Amino acid sequence: MIKARFGKKLPGFELNIDIALTDGILAVVGPSGAGKTTLLQCIAGLQKPTWGELHIGNRLIYSSAQKINLPTRERRIGYVFQDYALFPHMTVEKNVTYGAPKGNNQRNKTLTASGVLAMLKIEHLKDRYPGQISGGEKQRVALARALMTAPELLLLDESLSALDQDTRSALQQELRKLQGQWQIPFILVTHDPQEAEILGDQIIRITKGKQEIVKRLGNSFSVANSFC
Amino acid sequence: MQFDFIPIILSLKVAAVAIVLVVCFCVPVAGFMAKHEFWGKDLVESALTLPLVLPPSVVGFTLLYLFGKNGPLGKFLEYYFHYQVVFSLSGAVIAAAVVSFPLMYQSLKASIESVDVNLERAARTLGAGEFKIFFTITLPLSWNGFIAGLVLAFARSLGEFGATLMIAGNIPGRTQTMPLAIYFANEAGEAQKASGLVIIMTVFSFLVIYGLNRWRKKKKLNLNGGDIL
Repeated sequence: MIKARFGKKLPGFELNIDIALTDGILAVVGPSGAGKTTLLQCIAGLQKPTWGELHIGNRLIYSSAQKINLPTRERRIGYVFQDYALFPHMTVEKNVTYGAPKGNNQRNKTLTASGVLAMLKIEHLKDRYPGQISGGEKQRVALARALMTAPELLLLDESLSALDQDTRSALQQELRKLQGQWQIPFILVTHDPQEAEILGDQIIRITKGKQEIVKRLGNSFSVANSFC
Repeated sequence: MQFDFIPIILSLKVAAVAIVLVVCFCVPVAGFMAKHEFWGKDLVESALTLPLVLPPSVVGFTLLYLFGKNGPLGKFLEYYFHYQVVFSLSGAVIAAAVVSFPLMYQSLKASIESVDVNLERAARTLGAGEFKIFFTITLPLSWNGFIAGLVLAFARSLGEFGATLMIAGNIPGRTQTMPLAIYFANEAGEAQKASGLVIIMTVFSFLVIYGLNRWRKKKKLNLNGGDIL
């Protein structure tokens, strides 16, 4: 579960966010420079909001009033970067196991590197380096790496945008399936309204920092229309 | 004529110990300076680079003042450890380390700064602490700058003359390193001895740099299997 209500001053405007998500995928759409990536970075702790509160599960991870600001490494958030940010000097397997929790963990049974690699169909790549695999494969590795930390929330920053149409559709299906398997909320930033509609259980649009709800849970209001 | 190998051995000893000191100081300092902003950073930065532009005699004079009998560090070492740096091989090591530090520092810092911050951010989201990030991501990806700095600093240590002469003196068999031996052999009119040392020094320095460059290239090629950088 994630609950976030915060503001962040950016040059020229303020980003205002109020979202709550227990499960499923929240798609965030909007033009470039509207504050989409800033939203993800604030949730992950890579940037600090100006004011507000952030909860993940039962934990308060940021509160301006109580002066709480949990560092990124303690937030238990999976983050798939726009350019994947795979470590170029490590093999796929080393990348994927980089953040694997040590010791006992409730999810340990499902959380073996080989299990996650198999789930994302990248077992055969485990000894390769990121420079030796395709964009779609990198995307899978980045997903596997994020999931290996047993996150409570997964953030995806336009991570499908650089892929060709076929790979993209395949990965969209995959993401849906993964979300069902992992049962954690996903927040997906995309500039593609169609993708948002395919994947998003909820959709919000951010324009110049202002948030607007395009699709609520169980509401089939079409995003494509709202873009006209 | 019997050829004297001692200056060669002393030079290697001095350069080897100096380079270890330089690496030990440089890695944390460059890592810190590349990642932190603080008031007066430019001043610290300039001070760290100063030995590179100062004449060796100024460095030698300053070291002599600090480590001399009445200098603050000299007094301290003498009083607590009964140890004297001036006119000893450790003086030569300190001189070599001080003048070669900026070379390693500049090279390593530039390399660390060029590592993609998104990789460090990714590591942070994967639960890594700053220490782990530095040693598993930042430093390995700064490899080229590290090796380039190492080569330059080692070569500079081997060739150190002015500051060494001032603080360690020219004691044959004890502090007389190769550059000193060459200078004093030439002064004494022993051209044959001087030219022998000059050839050895030149060939050796060339081989060190050539070897390290080859090694770096090979390492880069290996990583390039992964199309890096």
